[in-house]
Amino acid sequence: MQNCTPNNNNLKYKEKIYKRALAPDWGELMIRAAVIAYLGILIVLPLIALTGQGLQGGLESLMRIMTRPIVIAALRLTLITALFMALVNALMGTITAWVLVRYRFWGRRFLAALVDLPFAIPTLVTGVMLVLLFGPHTRIGLWFMEHDWPIAFAPPSIVLALLFITVPFVVRAVEPVLLEQDPAEEEAAHTLGAGNWITFWRVLLPPLLPAILSGTIRSFARALGEFGSIVVVSGNIPYQTLTIPIYIFGEIESGRTTTAAAVSLLLLVLAISLTAGANALDRWMGLQHD
Amino acid sequence: MIKHSNWNWSSLLLISSVVLYLGLILVLPLIALISEALAAGVQELFSAVNQSNALHSLWLSLILAVIAVIANGVMGIAGALILVRHRFFGRALLDSLVDLPLAVSPVMIGLAFILIVGRGGWFEPILTILGWKITFAFPGLILGTLFVTFPFTLREVAYVLAELGIDEEEAAATLGARPSQIFWRVTLPNIRNGLGYGIVLTVARALGEFGAVLVLGGAIAGHTQTATTFIYNSLEERHDIAAYGMALILAALSVLLLGSLEWLKSQRQLLKQ
Repeated sequence: MQNCTPNNNNLKYKEKIYKRALAPDWGELMIRAAVIAYLGILIVLPLIALTGQGLQGGLESLMRIMTRPIVIAALRLTLITALFMALVNALMGTITAWVLVRYRFWGRRFLAALVDLPFAIPTLVTGVMLVLLFGPHTRIGLWFMEHDWPIAFAPPSIVLALLFITVPFVVRAVEPVLLEQDPAEEEAAHTLGAGNWITFWRVLLPPLLPAILSGTIRSFARALGEFGSIVVVSGNIPYQTLTIPIYIFGEIESGRTTTAAAVSLLLLVLAISLTAGANALDRWMGLQHD
Repeated sequence: MIKHSNWNWSSLLLISSVVLYLGLILVLPLIALISEALAAGVQELFSAVNQSNALHSLWLSLILAVIAVIANGVMGIAGALILVRHRFFGRALLDSLVDLPLAVSPVMIGLAFILIVGRGGWFEPILTILGWKITFAFPGLILGTLFVTFPFTLREVAYVLAELGIDEEEAAATLGARPSQIFWRVTLPNIRNGLGYGIVLTVARALGEFGAVLVLGGAIAGHTQTATTFIYNSLEERHDIAAYGMALILAALSVLLLGSLEWLKSQRQLLKQ
């Protein structure tokens, strides 16, 4: 009994502190309102306006815009180049994360820092760099042109630009999962006679898959909207190297905001559903972990 | 971490493939920029960038970065606090809205704001009466920059806040600290690493923003031209040296920002130990 009373008091006291520290008083309600208002004006309102303008002509006009040959060609190019990038990124991103987490070697820290470079460098500068590397007036560009495989002002330049800007996505998604993997499982597999190859496929890879997928989806979504790096390297030739964001830009410049908004809407729905998918994967991984 | 028996050909193969890949994708283009720009001559580069339009564009980009850091810093901390610490109706929705700018193409952001505050936009009548010009003017650049940089500080601070828990704040409250004291003396010092991270990412994104400021600002030389749109216009005008010079400046700034990210990362590891 003697023990009970102070505990009880303690609990009540703690509750009081909790309330004092956490309960929404007026100040906190104001902060909440300010954040919601800020987000509402800065992010929600513009996207509502975009959606409204895109749907202005009704579904029929939306469909008419979507089925224009130039839009279909641009969409196809955007999806195919992003898919190419995603496949390479899934493979190389996973290997990069593996190497950075598992091995200690000279230059590892430099390599780890390098992975973040695309976050720091403006995408337009990426484009300029690629033109300087593969442009038609450079030695490398000329060589590829002579071998009938032009890079600049052709789809490969788009894939290269996308690969540059999305380097961190898969690496940063896979790294934390690798860091938390229990080496004991691997050792157990080895002890039980599993070779390197079987250990990799049966023990190491399965827990990484959701992270690889989530990172790849995010890189794919990012690639769909990419503008700065592509606009200078691709040449923006309709039906050949014109991607969706650059098509939207052209429509805005020509004052056709309804067309631009309609195509934007398509891109927006794609990007949001992809991001939601990646978020769901991340949550699922979190649950698995717990 | 690695057992010696694992140092076989496969690890060497993996390491060299990563070095080769990152070298080809990231380093080679950077080297191409540096060597091409320097080939044009340091003197030429300097004089191409040392003219009023170029300097004005760089200055404008820096100011936009500072505004983004301040506005999204304050709102980011506030947003992180309520998202991590509070439970209220609509929290999940708010949480998913925060990441939207990362998913939206910058060109679309420009268009979206034009539809609201541009010619023929929702608020055009009010803005005309007030005599405010937003698109093709400085406020438009601010809007675009704030939109694209919003998630960074919030996410980085939220990450640190979630790891910290509320023990120290509770202790401070128990000892009779007022909420403002708790914030300035306990919470803010504790989140400084995440805040630093968010600020660096915000600066990088603000300096590098191109699509949104191009659409919203129109890249008018000496007026709404930012560092990136200066490069774009210089390329269009075949004034390549000026473009390379400014690209080199921005690349140098990015390397500097990358260095501070790494420093913050090492600090974070020290804090964890």
